[in-house]
Amino acid sequence: MAKIVTDVVCPFCGTLCDDLEVALSDDGEEILEVYNACAIGAAKFLHSQAKDRLTRPRMKQEDGSWKEVTYDEAADYTANLLVDAKKPLMYGWSSTNCTAQSTGSEIGEEVGACMDNTATVCHGSTLIAVQDVGVPSATLGEIANRADRVVFWGCNPAHAHPRHMSRYSIYPRGFFTGKGSKSRKMIVVDPRNTDTAKMADVHVQLEQGRDYELLSAIRVAIRGEKLPDVVAGIPKEQIYEIADTLKSGRFTAIFFGMGVTHSLGKNHNIDIAIMVTRDLNDYTKAAIVAMRGHYNVTGSGQVWGWEFGFPFCLDLTRGFARYNPGDSSSNDLLIRDEVDAVFVLGSDPGAHFPVGSVKKIAKLPSVCIDPHITPTSAVSKLHVPVAFVGVEVGGCAYRMDNVPIETRKVVEPPEGMLTDDEFLQLVLTRVRELKGAA
Amino acid sequence: MTDYLIKNGFVYDPILGINGDKVDVAIKDGKMADAGDVTNPTIIDATGMTVMAAGVDVHAHVAGPKVNTGRNFRPEDKLFNGTAGSGIKRMEGGFSVPTVFRTAYLYARMGFGFSMEAAMPPLYARHTHEEIRDTPIIDQGALPVFGNNWFVLEYLKENEIENTAAYIAWLLNQTKGYGIKCVNPGGTESWGWGLNCETVDDVVPYFDVTPRQIVSGLIEANEYLGLPHCMHVHGNGLGEPGNYEITLDTLKIAEGFKPQNDFGRDVVLHNTHLQFHCYGGESYSSKFFESKSKEVVDYINSVDNISYDLGVVTLDETTTMTADGPFEHHLSHMNNLKWANTDVELETGSGVVPFIYNPKTFIAGAQWAVGLECGLFIKDPMRAYITTDAPNAGPLCRYPRVYKWLMSAKARDDMLDNTLKYGDRIRERCYIGELDREISLYELAMMTRAGPAKTLGLGHMFGSLKPGLEGDVAVYPYNPETDTDDPEKIEYAFGNAAYLIKGGKLIVKEGEIVDMGNKRTFWVNATVNDNPMVERDISEKFRRYYTVTQNNYAVEGHHYVPNPYVIEVDATK
Amino acid sequence: MAKVILTPTQTPTLFLEAENITPDVFAGKNAAEIAALHGFVGKTTVTLGDYFTVEGAGGQTAADTTVVINGDVSRVKYIGMKMSAGELIVNGNADMYVGGWMTGGRLTVNGDIEAFAGLGMTGGELIVNGNAGNYLGAAYRGDWRGMQGGEIRVSGNAGSDVGTFMRGGTIVVGGNIDVHVGTHMEGGTIIVKGDAKSRVGGQMVKGTIYVYGDIDVMMPGFQYRNDADLEVDGDNGRFALYEGDMGERHPKRKGEVIYGQLYMKY
Repeated sequence: MAKIVTDVVCPFCGTLCDDLEVALSDDGEEILEVYNACAIGAAKFLHSQAKDRLTRPRMKQEDGSWKEVTYDEAADYTANLLVDAKKPLMYGWSSTNCTAQSTGSEIGEEVGACMDNTATVCHGSTLIAVQDVGVPSATLGEIANRADRVVFWGCNPAHAHPRHMSRYSIYPRGFFTGKGSKSRKMIVVDPRNTDTAKMADVHVQLEQGRDYELLSAIRVAIRGEKLPDVVAGIPKEQIYEIADTLKSGRFTAIFFGMGVTHSLGKNHNIDIAIMVTRDLNDYTKAAIVAMRGHYNVTGSGQVWGWEFGFPFCLDLTRGFARYNPGDSSSNDLLIRDEVDAVFVLGSDPGAHFPVGSVKKIAKLPSVCIDPHITPTSAVSKLHVPVAFVGVEVGGCAYRMDNVPIETRKVVEPPEGMLTDDEFLQLVLTRVRELKGAA
Repeated sequence: MTDYLIKNGFVYDPILGINGDKVDVAIKDGKMADAGDVTNPTIIDATGMTVMAAGVDVHAHVAGPKVNTGRNFRPEDKLFNGTAGSGIKRMEGGFSVPTVFRTAYLYARMGFGFSMEAAMPPLYARHTHEEIRDTPIIDQGALPVFGNNWFVLEYLKENEIENTAAYIAWLLNQTKGYGIKCVNPGGTESWGWGLNCETVDDVVPYFDVTPRQIVSGLIEANEYLGLPHCMHVHGNGLGEPGNYEITLDTLKIAEGFKPQNDFGRDVVLHNTHLQFHCYGGESYSSKFFESKSKEVVDYINSVDNISYDLGVVTLDETTTMTADGPFEHHLSHMNNLKWANTDVELETGSGVVPFIYNPKTFIAGAQWAVGLECGLFIKDPMRAYITTDAPNAGPLCRYPRVYKWLMSAKARDDMLDNTLKYGDRIRERCYIGELDREISLYELAMMTRAGPAKTLGLGHMFGSLKPGLEGDVAVYPYNPETDTDDPEKIEYAFGNAAYLIKGGKLIVKEGEIVDMGNKRTFWVNATVNDNPMVERDISEKFRRYYTVTQNNYAVEGHHYVPNPYVIEVDATK
Repeated sequence: MAKVILTPTQTPTLFLEAENITPDVFAGKNAAEIAALHGFVGKTTVTLGDYFTVEGAGGQTAADTTVVINGDVSRVKYIGMKMSAGELIVNGNADMYVGGWMTGGRLTVNGDIEAFAGLGMTGGELIVNGNAGNYLGAAYRGDWRGMQGGEIRVSGNAGSDVGTFMRGGTIVVGGNIDVHVGTHMEGGTIIVKGDAKSRVGGQMVKGTIYVYGDIDVMMPGFQYRNDADLEVDGDNGRFALYEGDMGERHPKRKGEVIYGQLYMKY
């Protein structure tokens, strides 16, 4: 008889599904099966079981080969790297729990680091837009229970957030949406004919890079003002129709993703999408939610918010926190040669950053803390494998709507492996020793 | 544990009836003690200084999701005001919405030992507790919001008090909450459809229940359970000209209810930030707007079962944040600044908008006057507490400035004559010009520690120097015999405590923070009789309408509330 | 007028943060005192003397102090930050935040500058004889009060996000400009003598933008009103007036709605 663990939280994407069931072997040591999860989520659990998994830290040698070291040696190297640097970059923080994020903050404060999370290449532009114009939003359950107009703008949940539509946005039969998907009108705005777009009642196939103009046109249409004949490749008649559809619903929900956060104009696209939402609240009820990627990138922004007051792009070098994306953002720091050491935890900039930045990481003293072998670990001088959060250790994570959920420990990590937080505690202790000695 | 003897200070303790006498104050094993009972104590010389029990804040927004929204969406609130960490202190930042570290250090510097987080959305309770846990030094509790919760609306539509109480007990346990907060009853649920409840008799769409039923039912459930704190209400119509009638309607709902509790609390309703609820007239213009603070406080003076806090406007650029979602939407239309809103499934909503109370406008000055009037009209200062509804009417750091205004008619006149552009008009439209009362240090002790402790049901722990209470003492560099010449000395002294002892630990020494204390999170565990119907309703709602599972809802104590102080309440009889 | 001449002696390995380089801070100080002023490289504290030779001395006040930097300071941030009076001349390129939050005086850069110059500026003159980066005369993150007064003149090109949340003052760009010009603008004037790409005046509430060259893509919320013969910054010409952004809120004055104005030169 397999042992079933219920109410398991999926540590993959910002949807943070919390209804997974995991079947374990009789001894409770091995994950046999994952139920209710999407394919990506299930793979994350099963991946932790890989037999060839790295279980000890390793240092890169002169000849490019790797040599196993102890966690203490790894912590010593990491602490020295951070203390010696004039301006270290501590990046990542999105695929880990809030406890580790908080310990990381203490280290960052001790060593005067620049700290940044994956929002910097993802929804950082959203955070900037929210700082400019705010954000009328709602929890996902509010949308499930009330929304009768659902817009996906520049996002493709069918692939990136596979259970989003079934759990929250399109299919649930909520309190006021008893007919499920039949209660809702689904609009997808995307230049590509994605699998999400194929499901939509209306697919608005705009010209690439003209989201700002189209959103602006919708605002003009909402106010009943005149429009040019075509905006962003969309005829004005259709724009007026979209505006009417959004205004006439009882509750409009807008979800958006990387298609707008990192195309031309970045934060401005989100800014004006938020303003559309704000405008709609003069006629009906409307909310807008960012489709956050990493399962706890949101938590990283929350922890830094209450500790430092900013959600990403922190510059702690002067002893107090400063913030200005464009200056204190990871890629700007790397490309402009502003940092002299790189620490990565809970992210893979080797895969997600522009190649110019990755080359800089490769040249600098660097450490990568990650359960996996990744493009980042490959270019780092030290790779510290750790336990999987949400599989081998619990801890708090924040869903894309900022709802905090405690992830669960399902199995033990391999013998002798440390968690992110345990390793960071070693580093923090060593940093304090080094600073005390100095 | 070190014992302390605080010698030669001017002591103010309304519970013990000490009014400025030079009495030695002793702390033994972390508790207040008789001066004769301590042996070999560390002596603190309080010569020429004021000694009081540590402050107790009945209502402030300092931890949780909307507070953090305020931080994260206002980088400009932190521009050029960061402070580097030093010694045991972490780095600090933020003016109107400080980081958790600055919040704790501010409270310590102001001589406070306890703060009640005024609104916790249950689904976000974990977040609130993470911030509370990371806020050192001060003890804190948090009030979950109930006034728009679907369970409460459904039960109170049928006046099912026992079921309401059973649900409240369950939710306090799940969220590690302290008591019942009710914000814009029914209005925030209506806001789920973009609507509002503007009077106590407006019907909530679909749920078919009125704010009057909600307020009345929550008071009754509160007393059924016998919770330490009373029902804590932010009524309908906040900030609206003419709203004082709604306020009176709300307050009158408490008529006939008697406190039932074992904690020495003698009120059944706490009306928070009364200032925002005392407006007459039909617009904000100086032609129409008028203060109705006297009318409202006169009513409160005429009954014995209501307390309130002031919510004084401090004339700063600040950040407003409340579970009153429709109000924040309204506000964003008034000032066109950024607006954050979060509606929370089945439970509540919230909004956050920056706001500038500009002393060059009539209305900001009038609001300032109304808040102070609320403090000056009170007959029994044990029922009126000084707050700024931080950060709504003003930032936390401004408490000492509010004390100055309340304690000095000269300071108020100076504002009306020199700082406020429409001082004379404000004198005409408000009562401030007629009030020469000056709050005494003895009354200040009632309004900032003894009173709030009592209404929170914590009079057996805080608010007095009585032997046996918690060893929480603040010493302020204010000499009541010689420092009365300049009101600025009040503001300085109450923002720069010379000493703070919290739970018997020396936290502030000669004005410097030297210890992070032993922070506790207070919550109330109310036991009720088994209620299968409520249990079934709960599991049904989770199965069908919540997006988290019931098993992932509870705030687990170990991680989020690592140092709890649990108050047990038995409501099974 | 007293003059202080700074000559760079070395290029910072990372970046030097030097908000102390202003007439305000230099006033009343001799060369040795100025050389001893702090700067920051990452978490290390350095002195201006580590990176510059200092000649001369400050005047009694900022107003009678001129500061000249002779050489390349393209790895130095915050030059002239918060300056209120006097004069600062950079003969070379400079990095970010040149004249950030300046309130008065004149700051001239004979070279190119990076992003965030004149951020939140309320007064004074910022003259760039070269190119400027992004966020010229914009607001600090989250602030709704961008440039509020004073004048910025750039002879060359400027980057994106120029004049975001601008509420007053004037920005003149002699060359071309990147996307997002005067976004959320609520006052003041932006003059672009070259070409603009797109997103000119998006979410504009009030204020005036002149573009002499082309705009690749117009915002949909601007409506043609009329032609006008105008003199703009010493140049005469015929302009087409557009008003917008029709999708944005607008205030009323004497019962009439006030829009943002976009003039395009024929």
